[in-house]
Amino acid sequence: MSQAFRTEAGGLVDRGRALAFLFDGREYEGHPGDTLASALLANGVHRVSSGIRTGRPRGIFAAGVEEPNALVQIEEPFPEPMLTATTVELYDGLVARGLRGRGRLAADPDPGRYDGMYAHCDVLVIGAGPAGLAAAAVAASSGARVVVVDDQIRAGGSLLGTGEHLDWVDRVAAELAAAPEVRLLTRTTAVGYYDDNYVVAVQRRPGLPEHRARERVWRIRARRVVLATGAHERSVAFAGNDRPGVMLAGSARTYVNRYGVLPGRRAVVLTGNDSAHDAARDLAAAGVEIAAIADLRDGWAITGVAGTERVEAVTLRTPDGIERRLEADLLLVSGGWNPVGALYSQAGGRLVHDPGLAAFRPDGNCRQALEVAGAAAGSYTLGVCLAEGAAAGRRAAEAAGLEAGAIVLPEVSDPEGRPPLAVWTLPGGDPATAFVDLQRDVTVADLTRATGTGMRSAEHVKRYTTAGTAHDQGKTSGALTSGVIAELLGVEVGALGVTTFRPPFTPVSFAALAGRNRGMRFDPVRVTALHAWHEANGARFENVGQWKRPWYYPREGEDMAAAVLRECWAAREGVAMMDASTLGKIDVRGPDAAVFLDRLYTNMISTLAPGAIRYGVMCRPDGMVFDDGTVIRLAEDRFLVTTTTGNAAAVLDWMEEWLQTEWPELRVHCTSVTEQWATVALVGPDSRRVLATLAPALDVSRAGFPFMTWRDAEVAGRTARVCRISFSGELAYEINVSWWDAVALWEALLAAGAPFGITPYGTETMHVLRAEKGYPIIGQDTDGTVTPHDLGLGWAVSRKKADFIGRRSFSRTDTARPDRKQLVGLLPDAGSLLPEGSHLLTGPDETAALGHVTSSYHSAALGRTFALALVRGGRDLIGQTLWATLDDGVTPVTVTGSVLYDPEGTRRDG
Amino acid sequence: MAERNSPLGGAADRLAAVAAATGGAVTVAEVPFLTQLNVRTRPSGDVNVLQLGPDEWLVVGSSASAVGAAVDVSAQRTTVAVGGSRVLDLLAMGCAIDLHPRVFRVGDCAQTTLAHAPVIIWRRETEFWILVRSSFAAHLADWIVDAAQEFTAGD
Repeated sequence: MSQAFRTEAGGLVDRGRALAFLFDGREYEGHPGDTLASALLANGVHRVSSGIRTGRPRGIFAAGVEEPNALVQIEEPFPEPMLTATTVELYDGLVARGLRGRGRLAADPDPGRYDGMYAHCDVLVIGAGPAGLAAAAVAASSGARVVVVDDQIRAGGSLLGTGEHLDWVDRVAAELAAAPEVRLLTRTTAVGYYDDNYVVAVQRRPGLPEHRARERVWRIRARRVVLATGAHERSVAFAGNDRPGVMLAGSARTYVNRYGVLPGRRAVVLTGNDSAHDAARDLAAAGVEIAAIADLRDGWAITGVAGTERVEAVTLRTPDGIERRLEADLLLVSGGWNPVGALYSQAGGRLVHDPGLAAFRPDGNCRQALEVAGAAAGSYTLGVCLAEGAAAGRRAAEAAGLEAGAIVLPEVSDPEGRPPLAVWTLPGGDPATAFVDLQRDVTVADLTRATGTGMRSAEHVKRYTTAGTAHDQGKTSGALTSGVIAELLGVEVGALGVTTFRPPFTPVSFAALAGRNRGMRFDPVRVTALHAWHEANGARFENVGQWKRPWYYPREGEDMAAAVLRECWAAREGVAMMDASTLGKIDVRGPDAAVFLDRLYTNMISTLAPGAIRYGVMCRPDGMVFDDGTVIRLAEDRFLVTTTTGNAAAVLDWMEEWLQTEWPELRVHCTSVTEQWATVALVGPDSRRVLATLAPALDVSRAGFPFMTWRDAEVAGRTARVCRISFSGELAYEINVSWWDAVALWEALLAAGAPFGITPYGTETMHVLRAEKGYPIIGQDTDGTVTPHDLGLGWAVSRKKADFIGRRSFSRTDTARPDRKQLVGLLPDAGSLLPEGSHLLTGPDETAALGHVTSSYHSAALGRTFALALVRGGRDLIGQTLWATLDDGVTPVTVTGSVLYDPEGTRRDG
Repeated sequence: MAERNSPLGGAADRLAAVAAATGGAVTVAEVPFLTQLNVRTRPSGDVNVLQLGPDEWLVVGSSASAVGAAVDVSAQRTTVAVGGSRVLDLLAMGCAIDLHPRVFRVGDCAQTTLAHAPVIIWRRETEFWILVRSSFAAHLADWIVDAAQEFTAGD
């Protein structure tokens, strides 16, 4: 059986090429230009799935995105669930099956590539039917930047279904495609319309090589938008209206004219408007026998549909009330046409009921810069569609300050027609088989039950019955649902309204939304100038914000614990070095820089002498610690401030916020120089000797270069700024050079330090060394509820300054409570390594926690494990035993002061 | 003096390969070691000045001496020159602002994000210069090389 329902000729498919595909396990053939639905119909396949609740057989009902029934699961080439057969472009080797409701996602990673693209334009035309093409052509003639999106594989819109004026369509499409400032995007569905004319569209790009994106998300910002999204036909609720073979009349016309497919051999037509008569004429011309046209406006009706897998016969009732049974395999239905108002609704526009149209249409008062043209505005005759589109294009060009030229529109004479009649339900039969929403299996009986319980709002009924909530968002059922509810309640459908449309207009795959922002491109990775060296030398890395920082450098056979103990030992007993370049650095300058920093830090900065360095703490206005770091005074009016790695941008924003909003009178400017400088910490008793080797002109003596001062010097032949800062308690230097000189400095230090066994170390060792000294890490030992006093940094809070950010909060009784959580040290009695986050209890059987462990390590210097913890009233508990929770019980720990190593500070100066 | 290392010095070959792979649709190369002075005052002299904000200017010139209220940020960022017939499409894959020549003219610059990284985009006669923080440079280079696959020659 090869395409028995394909017409001899005609249509827009490429009959010269056959495409083989598998559906529900059977082999079929179609042609390029087919959808899966049209190819199935060409092979006589109507039934594709079953009702999700009722299990009733379901067929192909429409020819486009409005399809409620024909859900399919694509199995090959790659599994994709819940696509509609009417929107799947046929390709060779397609394997699919009909789907009852939900499908399955692939278990394997998608090998396909997806990406995204931003676009900007003077006018975005959504829909390339007659109105949209006319709008685009006129706008393009002005030289305006135009983007046209259309969900079909070629331009034409409704004309593809009627077969009219395709020569004009092809000519305009070719001109648009060739115009330099026009982007004509077919296979592209506008799915979301957001504020400021920001429209998101998804483009399908089949047939490209694997390294090119198979789907692309377009994020379009348009000065003006022309919505030319056309209209969708709707059904009528009558018993048996869900049988395979019941089809929207306009869709059947599309199958005949566009695809050269006969949806059946003998048809009955039920309609309340003129369009189905045109459809019947085209079907008859193609060879379908039209058994009867039952026009609701003349008093005809349908009282029964026979057949389960497929329509077999239709019972008509004549205007005289006589019932007649007609054999038919096709029942074409047209309950009327609904302007596609989903995007208009998303844009913030309202849909109003138009009795003359017997439909809801855009009210024309949207707050966004858009206009609606053609059938989307409720204009259903071709001549008016073209004229409206052209006018909209002209106005869009004018809005861009451009003048549109003349374009050629097809000669059209719009026929005089009879007004449509809105009929929502037909009497007779079982209302539990009279469907309004085919995908959700919602019937007139369900709506009756909903209104019977007292519901009076379409939104309530929607949520109660789920009508309109399927993949199709009620494109064919929304207005029908409202119409039936209005009938049941005895109110005007216009007063009831329709439910709200929300993005996306059609389902969008997560893969498309993610685009290329996957894996390593999900978030930028920041690296230092020394990253390549770290990688080449076996560093394990730790993520700190977006930074990759060396965590530790294991040697052959070492695990992390062994490597860290070795690195710590080198820093305490010999010499070690670390890449500290990730610290945030901000240059603060101006005559009022000292005043500014006095207000920002809790401690006094203005008394700092040029050449000196001070540790500083910043608080939020609530008095809680926000960041810490060092302040280097370069000159009277120049400071270099360092921040924690993760907070660099936040601190700069903080500074700018205060300067711009509260203290604009201060003459201060802040500039980030984080990457200007590479910083190497040189740490350990032998560090002075290593530095002396590389900086022969620098006086590195204890007296000549005291703690917390800095010197400009030449180190390893490079211009450097050397700071006597220690984050370990050991004699240490931080050597800052240009990013460009980092590798040279690092390698010079390695060479000069080799005789002393210089050891590179990572962030884990840095954490251990500082924890042994009780130095907190903001963000690890603090959580936004901790004051400087809680950390034992009360000495860094000035009592002399008139004001600083957070000062007022220190006079609150809450910040003076003796039982605040305070930073203390812990020594586990049994030597276990406490889990960070472990709760601290007053007894082994207690359950109320006094606090938790914030940092926990093995210490090479102490020869044991230790921890830092935030403990309620912790400083009063020093010497006492608490119990720390482990995975499998509790363990006793002794509370100590937070400084566990060299509390006298004897090692600081070497 | 021993050599200096630019943020993308190690990626030069990979960047150069993009032009060949795309048949010139996309060209990309680092322009390393530019002098860059961030000046938050009124500029003077024969220099190129990019306006970054109402009170922030980036001065790029041949003089290496930072004077007055200028802050030397030469190593803070490196520069990636991107060009080719499809350069606008390439940038549109990761940059939300409008770079069309009617809107973003030769000499214009903007602070924005490209590939989620903070950058300064500067339009020059035949190409764009992307000034990117040195720590983000490798990420940006990877992103550009990856994005350029879309323009592979012969597809």
